[in-house]
Amino acid sequence: MDPVILSRWQFAITTIFHFFFVPVTLGLSLFLAVLETKYVTSGEEIYKKMVKFWGKIFLINFAIGVVTGIVQEFHFGLNWSEYARFMGDVFGAPLAIEGLMAFFLESTFIGVWIFGWDKLSPKAHAGVAWLIAIGSNLSALWILVANSFMQNPVGYAIRNGRAEMTDFWALVSNPNVRYQFPHVVTAGVAVGGFLIMSFSAWHLLKDKAETREFFTRSFRWAAIFALIGALLVGLIGHAQGQFLAQSQPLKIAAMEGHWETEAPASFSVIAIVNQEKQANTFEIKVPKFLSLMLFNDLSTGFKGLKELQEEEIAKYGPGNYIPPVLISYWSSRTMIGIGLVMVLIAILAVWWSWKEKLQERRWFLRMLILTGLLPTIAITAGWLIAETGRWPWIVHGLQKIEDAVSPAITPGIIIFSMSSFLVLYSVLGVIGVSLMLKYGKSDPAAAEGKGE
Amino acid sequence: MDLNTLWFILLTVLFSGFFFLEGFDYGVGILLPFVARSDRERRAVINAIGPVWDGNEVWMITAGGAMFAAFPHMYATLFSGFYLALVFMLIGLIIRGVAFEFRGKRDDPKWRETWDWAIYYGSLIPALIWGITVANLMRGVAIEGDLNYYGGLIPLLNPYAFFGGLVFLALFILHGASFLGIKLEGVVKDRVKDVTGKIWVVAVVLTVAFLIWTYLATDILNNPGWDGLIPAILAAVALLLSGLFYKMGREGWTFLCGGLVIILATVMVFSGLFPRLMISTLDPAYDLTIYNASSSPYTLKVITIVAAIFLPVVLAYQGWTYWIFRKRLSPDSPDLHY
Repeated sequence: MDPVILSRWQFAITTIFHFFFVPVTLGLSLFLAVLETKYVTSGEEIYKKMVKFWGKIFLINFAIGVVTGIVQEFHFGLNWSEYARFMGDVFGAPLAIEGLMAFFLESTFIGVWIFGWDKLSPKAHAGVAWLIAIGSNLSALWILVANSFMQNPVGYAIRNGRAEMTDFWALVSNPNVRYQFPHVVTAGVAVGGFLIMSFSAWHLLKDKAETREFFTRSFRWAAIFALIGALLVGLIGHAQGQFLAQSQPLKIAAMEGHWETEAPASFSVIAIVNQEKQANTFEIKVPKFLSLMLFNDLSTGFKGLKELQEEEIAKYGPGNYIPPVLISYWSSRTMIGIGLVMVLIAILAVWWSWKEKLQERRWFLRMLILTGLLPTIAITAGWLIAETGRWPWIVHGLQKIEDAVSPAITPGIIIFSMSSFLVLYSVLGVIGVSLMLKYGKSDPAAAEGKGE
Repeated sequence: MDLNTLWFILLTVLFSGFFFLEGFDYGVGILLPFVARSDRERRAVINAIGPVWDGNEVWMITAGGAMFAAFPHMYATLFSGFYLALVFMLIGLIIRGVAFEFRGKRDDPKWRETWDWAIYYGSLIPALIWGITVANLMRGVAIEGDLNYYGGLIPLLNPYAFFGGLVFLALFILHGASFLGIKLEGVVKDRVKDVTGKIWVVAVVLTVAFLIWTYLATDILNNPGWDGLIPAILAAVALLLSGLFYKMGREGWTFLCGGLVIILATVMVFSGLFPRLMISTLDPAYDLTIYNASSSPYTLKVITIVAAIFLPVVLAYQGWTYWIFRKRLSPDSPDLHY
């Protein structure tokens, strides 16, 4: 087997698994910081209980996020050493800065947060919660600065046979970062909100007198988080799509299964995509709607994959530049579809919890238990678009994936490492989820005081 | 001094910090099954590093990130060349990392015992592999003209490197034991005290033998650039002093000297390498140096500014956390976590 394919699979497996857990920590770190602030300002003991209870869910996710994150950092050298050599001058810096500025912060203070309840004043402890939230989200910022360079390289020059950084501020203020970073952060907020709503709904269905107040309040806060997250992630995602139509039109065309140039461009609602024939054998289209989505008008044309392919050949020489359309197309339908459903659910959740009608809408609570994972599915779909939509490039226009792999590794050892990681992640996944279920379903009064 | 040299020094600082801090974390993890018998005893031992191990591990991650940023060719050659060794290390680090968080999450002796072994192996394997890795850096590996090392795992498991792994293990266990010496009280501490004396003897024997072997097999101790000999002698002195302080019952000084050994040993390795980062056994022309493996001056300038601002900040708040959690622990301590 081909080391390139194997290395791609290994990277994809680790990244996707890593990003099941990371968004939860991005959102919940903020959720906990807000609740703990509320505890300090209101002095109500119930908020402290909420922080401790939901903190356990956060910590389980955090642990798995950290250990898989180390694999991520090693990967660029393990499997992609030619990438590291060619891009290291630009790409290494944001990773080093992530460590120094963000990862130290969150990891150091997470220890203080767990062990420091009796050692710090409530105010200082809440401050620590904010430092963790800032650290986690700053960490995402620097990783996305690095990733944005792969999507939309800026601030570099090709010198000495590699990409060299020429303008750090251009790298940091990469327009791609301006969309991708808030998109990821707000997705995290939505994930956190939906997850807490899911567990709270489970408890509210049980409707035990001693926990009613606890989970009603948790639900209300989570619903607000879910709504803010769902609305913003959608709006920012929309703006991001408009930006990508300029910076990576092939990615957008693949997302939309848009083979032929059209002016105005119609939107494909559903289609049977045939990559070999370079056409959709069946599809339902809404005229002019893609023009509206991408350009805010009903007339601007959008180039199709076939024409863009010809342009890429003229620019970069012969080759296939069309990403795997099937993945992009269905990922985009999944992501956007779920995104719209999330907004709807979050509006209802906020409205009905505000009106105290949740107990009368038991079907809704039952549904919310299941929708806890919706944002996670949408996020995975989103990353599939972002990463496979860049194909065949590892850094858009600069280096192809096939040129980036380590020459020193053989298929045999990659199969070994990949299967080891796969087994390990499966076990961790099962344990992580079962622990989350255990603690999410536990009684907040009983769980306290055990010192776990 | 040029920025390449500065980043060579910063890399030394980051690896010193990593080996010093994670050194005792690994040591404590390895000692866990031997010095603590009941669940509460084990919890006390784990709680000794509980609030700090995660922040300590970031020293490794940042050292790796700094290597990537400042010397991308070293990062590329080392990580792809030492692939399998590092994969084993990652497996160890993964099970160790989650073990701390997971072990206390079920009230089941079997469950906890399983994660205690995960902490043990997850500390032992990375410590051993780091030792093997560093010893191979000292000895050199068969790096070819394209800067890649194609030899795979087997040549890395040569006797010298394996002996280096044992030295790392011994020093880390000693460091972990003396850390527990200042963090614990009660019955576990008495056991730890016993272990400290024994492992000190082992560490001295292994270290002296390794230094002699290093003198014979490598040029680390007589590198014409920056001699590794002086830090080596100082490390040996610090090791003897830690034994002396141990005999005198001065726990703080025992720990400090043990830590100094690790820092000085790291300084020895790096100054013995200077200005090389990785030695090629095939041809000195294939060596990776701080010049042919480095990033551009602009990138080095950028990360220098960032490091100058944030490294002191990190040191300050990490120091503060050690102050917050300075109290000694015992199996009877009321507020144990994990």
